[in-house]
Amino acid sequence: MNDRTLEISLTVNGARVQERVEARKTLVDFLREDLALTGSHVGCEHGVCGACTVRVNGEIVRGCLMLAVQCDGATVDTIECLSDSGEVSDLQTAFEQRNALQCGYCTPGMITAAQDLLKRSKRVPSREEIREHLSGNYCRCTGYHAIVDAVEAVAQARAGARK
Amino acid sequence: MKITDDSPPVLTALDRPNSYIGRSVPRPNLQRLTQGRGQYISDVTLPRMGHVAFVRSPHPHARIVKISADAAKKAPGVIAVVTGPELAKVMTPWVGVLTHLKGLKSAPQSPIAVERACWQGEAVCAVVARTRAEAEDACELVEVRYEPLPAVTDPEVALDAKTPVIHASLGDNLCFERKLDVGAVDKAFAEADAVVETTFRFGRHTGVTNEPRAVVADWNEGEQRMTVYHGTQAPHMMQNLFAKHLAIAEHQVRVLTKDVGGSFGIKVHTYADEMATVALSKLLKRPVKFVADRIESFVTDIHARDHRIKAKIGVSKDGTITAFEIDDLTGIGPYSVYPRTSGIEANQVVNLTGGPYKCPNYRAQARVVFQNKNVMCQYRAVGHPIAVAVTEGLVELAAAKIGMDPLELRRRNLFPDDAYPTQSASGLKFELLSHHEALAHLDSMMNYAGLRAEQKKLREKGIYRGIGFASFIEVTNPSAAFYGVGGARITSMDGATVKLDAQGAIIVHTGVTEQGQGAEAVVAQCVASSFGVPIEKVRVITGDTDNTPYGGGTWASRAAGIGGEAAWQAGKALRANVLAVAASILQAKPDELDIRNGLVVNKDTGTERLPLDELARVAYFRPDTLPPGFQAELMATRHYVPRAWPFAFTNGIQGSYLEVDTDTGFVKLLKHWCVEDCGTIINPQLVDEQIRGGVVQGIGAALFEHCLYDERGQLLNGNMADYLVPMAMEMPDIECGHVVSPTADSELGAKGAGEAGTAGAPASVMNAINDALRPLGAKPLTDMPFTPDKILGALGKV
Repeated sequence: MNDRTLEISLTVNGARVQERVEARKTLVDFLREDLALTGSHVGCEHGVCGACTVRVNGEIVRGCLMLAVQCDGATVDTIECLSDSGEVSDLQTAFEQRNALQCGYCTPGMITAAQDLLKRSKRVPSREEIREHLSGNYCRCTGYHAIVDAVEAVAQARAGARK
Repeated sequence: MKITDDSPPVLTALDRPNSYIGRSVPRPNLQRLTQGRGQYISDVTLPRMGHVAFVRSPHPHARIVKISADAAKKAPGVIAVVTGPELAKVMTPWVGVLTHLKGLKSAPQSPIAVERACWQGEAVCAVVARTRAEAEDACELVEVRYEPLPAVTDPEVALDAKTPVIHASLGDNLCFERKLDVGAVDKAFAEADAVVETTFRFGRHTGVTNEPRAVVADWNEGEQRMTVYHGTQAPHMMQNLFAKHLAIAEHQVRVLTKDVGGSFGIKVHTYADEMATVALSKLLKRPVKFVADRIESFVTDIHARDHRIKAKIGVSKDGTITAFEIDDLTGIGPYSVYPRTSGIEANQVVNLTGGPYKCPNYRAQARVVFQNKNVMCQYRAVGHPIAVAVTEGLVELAAAKIGMDPLELRRRNLFPDDAYPTQSASGLKFELLSHHEALAHLDSMMNYAGLRAEQKKLREKGIYRGIGFASFIEVTNPSAAFYGVGGARITSMDGATVKLDAQGAIIVHTGVTEQGQGAEAVVAQCVASSFGVPIEKVRVITGDTDNTPYGGGTWASRAAGIGGEAAWQAGKALRANVLAVAASILQAKPDELDIRNGLVVNKDTGTERLPLDELARVAYFRPDTLPPGFQAELMATRHYVPRAWPFAFTNGIQGSYLEVDTDTGFVKLLKHWCVEDCGTIINPQLVDEQIRGGVVQGIGAALFEHCLYDERGQLLNGNMADYLVPMAMEMPDIECGHVVSPTADSELGAKGAGEAGTAGAPASVMNAINDALRPLGAKPLTDMPFTPDKILGALGKV
């Protein structure tokens, strides 16, 4: 199997990681199976549902469309890091208060995608813009309305805090 | 009855001090999920665990001539390669029938196909390996020689004499048939001023749970026990089925559910590959894990709907509906799904069609036929979206035909709000519904008159907007009439065990399960209110057959109404027990005391007498100080099962406002409204979110979702790029309103709310599309999903 594996080193959630992985292994399988970071989920396995959304070098990506070996030298942040660092604590609280999650399977990816929008937005995004940005993240439970409410509330609160 | 929006209802029996009934309390289990610290079955790993992958039939119908597994057995990491006949030595087959669906028949189904594969995707061989990837690699090396057999795919010809019979032992391809003829239907049609007749079609679709089906089975040869970590809605039902088909006792099986990544009725059935996983664990004496990948989900998760209904309504000039008639044909795949059967959806269509209306003349026929496609079974709102679309589609077509406003026609035919108790033509018994009050509330919430004016004005500019409605009834809180009477070991009862811990907190074990709908919150609210502690002091434990009271779990909108009542009663029982302890400590009379906000107080004055932690300290550690002969009982269990009514029917009405682009056929949803009546509202936010999520699932059925098969029985779109689901961008904001008509069958008075959204949304969207296109002379659209090509077809543009 050695010809099918490669050694990679990368930074995951702030920690140096050096592992030998199969070349065919996706980033999300590497995170879940090799590093036991089960906060990133596998839904569709071909880039549609967004349950595996993680951040690589500051950009959100589909963990199922990127191979682990492509992350050699990269910085990867998952929900575990976004959560423990407090970066998305306001989004988490808003999701909890607004019941913007039911089964919770999409939620880590949804919060990661929402944080990406809010970090980029210089003004409070409209509901339409929030829906557009989250339209790559599938939620079967909520019907999205509550998620849009929660993200909108955080966007307004952050804008208020900046003033 | 009273209308509520956000204000909690005032309900005397439930209006205890610090009551949480009617309050939007956040769910206690959310933080672990927002932090990515949930534990779903797909996250579970155990020592020595193997992963199973299945070789699946590429043919819709084929004889399995030979399986050569030698190469696969030698592949890296492979633990075992197991065929159907080999696994049959460990697990017995099953037959999905219920005796109260008279005449329903099916054939024995095995965990892995034996001799014959009957649909594309049926497992024919299992490979267990160290990793899923290695198991899939080895699957590629399994050689299966098939002899393709003729596939029956079109339900319309499934019963023809020249069509091959799928299961020779059954004699024909008819699974189930039901006929109903009530009142004087022919006379009513003859005397009607207008008759509308059309055919409705409902595309097959499926649940697309974000987390696919997942199971980890762990047979411990030393303990002779099977522990199954299972993403299921009904752990006790599965405990029974695993035990029965492994031929061991139920107490030898423990089912644990943990977090479940979406269910919607998908995860309440017996799946051959999950049964095979459990059998493989017993065979190999080690843990085995199976997680369906997305293509496996599409070809093996139950499908639903796929009905063709010829339907007819008679109406007089004054708008009185004189008769309904339907002829339903549905193809359910090669097996009736075990143990709930695949006859229930058609049976529900017969029961529910015309249900909101007082029309006494009704004729129905339903035929359920076998075919070589994936199995169909109960999915969220079972039968309702079909019956509601047929009924409400006919109602709006009739209104258009006689030139009457569609809401006005409903007003003239809905059961009056003072008619209860009453029953429908099909025999459904209604305790208390509120169709008219709900309709009036919707009318004002959406500013119907204003929308009509806007619609008229925009039409002059060539913008085509439509307004559509759907009144509906919904089956909730099912009694034993649903499954138990038919011989299935699916309990309609549920239980709660409540205990005071040694620091004065409350631990609840409940038989209902959390699928994300908020069952844990609702149970906590009920116990906190009836016992008398702050909700932060209540911890709820679900999904463990070794520890929770025996219960049905979560399905048919039962968790809040049935599990909530059991929890409410258990909290009350424990309060009585704890007050007895308090009275003995305080040398008072129990009926002079109460528990409020975690403190024992004087009932009359509210004066604090004893904190619960102090009471617990005395009861647990210094019982020697209590009077001789007094024994503190700090744990109480109560069960509840609905007895007075077969089902606690709810009702409501939905409205859809949308715009059709007549050049592209695209539909833009502008707004959606739902007013529904689920009786006592325990948690307004959770009810509204159940409605919203359900509405969007119904919108998916109306506009996007369709499992497309070719005529040979091959699924053409088994992935999420080709099978479209509702995403955030296309969905509207959804406004909810409520009417409250509690059921008197329970003290709580709560009915279910989980399926109302899905029941009514497809009909209201369909009616809105037809309303938009009516001035253009388009043929009414009745073939879901309403994709752009069908809309352009109706406009004569393609």
